[in-house]
Amino acid sequence: MWSGSKVCAPLCWQIMLDLTSPSQPAGASNAASSRYYVLEHHPENGTSLGFWLYLMSDCLVFACLFATYAVLGRNYAGGPTGAELFDLPLVAVNTSLLLLSSITYGFAMLAMQHKRQRTTLLWLALTGLLGACFIGLELYEFMHLIHEGAGPQRSGFLTAFFTLVGTHGLHVSFGIIWLVTLMAQVVKHGLNPENCRRLMCLSMFWHFLDVVWIGVFTFVYLMGVLP
Amino acid sequence: MSAHSNSLPGADTGSHGSHEQDHGTMKSYVTGFVLAVILTAIPFWLVLGNVFAKSSTTGLVLMGLAVVQIVVHMVYFLHMNTKSEGGWSILALIFTTMLVMIMLSGSIWVMYHLNHNMMPGMMNDTAIEAVPESMHNMHDTHNMPGMKGMNDMQPMPKTP
Repeated sequence: MWSGSKVCAPLCWQIMLDLTSPSQPAGASNAASSRYYVLEHHPENGTSLGFWLYLMSDCLVFACLFATYAVLGRNYAGGPTGAELFDLPLVAVNTSLLLLSSITYGFAMLAMQHKRQRTTLLWLALTGLLGACFIGLELYEFMHLIHEGAGPQRSGFLTAFFTLVGTHGLHVSFGIIWLVTLMAQVVKHGLNPENCRRLMCLSMFWHFLDVVWIGVFTFVYLMGVLP
Repeated sequence: MSAHSNSLPGADTGSHGSHEQDHGTMKSYVTGFVLAVILTAIPFWLVLGNVFAKSSTTGLVLMGLAVVQIVVHMVYFLHMNTKSEGGWSILALIFTTMLVMIMLSGSIWVMYHLNHNMMPGMMNDTAIEAVPESMHNMHDTHNMPGMKGMNDMQPMPKTP
């Protein structure tokens, strides 16, 4: 609303100027109006900003879950603690898988920029594979915990843990579904502007999930095993 | 090599070059990746190798490294800068960070004090202190302007 009125005001002045002083050359008023339009920097592609705002709201969801974990993280209810449960080498492998998938997606974006369709698809497939390995390891970890009797119903700590890490895993799973869908789209329609825009959104989503994982491995796993 | 070839079209197109830079270059991705690997390896080494004797020191260092790594990811992978989308992205990011900080620190603060005050043994102390205080206040009610009218009204039903 306010940006519209801001653009409008110089226009009104220009019209008034044109009406009141007809002797003024037209070039001067045009230069003045274009100066106002340059000041009002309008992003030509609103999608990435809109998607960024979605990611920020998703960030708030994760912040709520992190706050829950921060409150409940030491309520073991006589059950197993993080130090007894967490397998740090497995978490290290998981972390490196996700980090590698971030850089392979980056390479896919670079290939997309150079309009190399086959290379883009190859890097995207590698990214999806790394993401699937991450999900596989996480599911293995969850199954292992549940078989040990440390399921989400055991204590407040485990409820918060499964909710936080599970929500992140769910995001990665949906990211993989999105990735496969986009690969099919690129195979069918090529690297047209629509697909490039979609790939850019998924890239932001994918890197954002990696950022959330930094919080998870630091706050949940590493600080969870500290005495 | 590729960083050089990428920078040329950006320079030629002038103001529209910002769109090309949004996707980053090979150099920026590799730099970000190397930094991220280092910043991931250090925390795992600190915890697995028991480097610090005090776990509070380790915790603080871990938090600091995580913040640095998040910034690295934002800059090199998400291409966050003050100019992208005309500054609106960074504004949304700052606003979200503020909300997250308030929510996290507020939750931890409130819930810590709740746990602290609900500890067994604390209840008796607060009860002894609280009761005389509230009794004292109840005697003063006739001085309150609202209560004065109430006291005057009470004899009314007895008169008929």
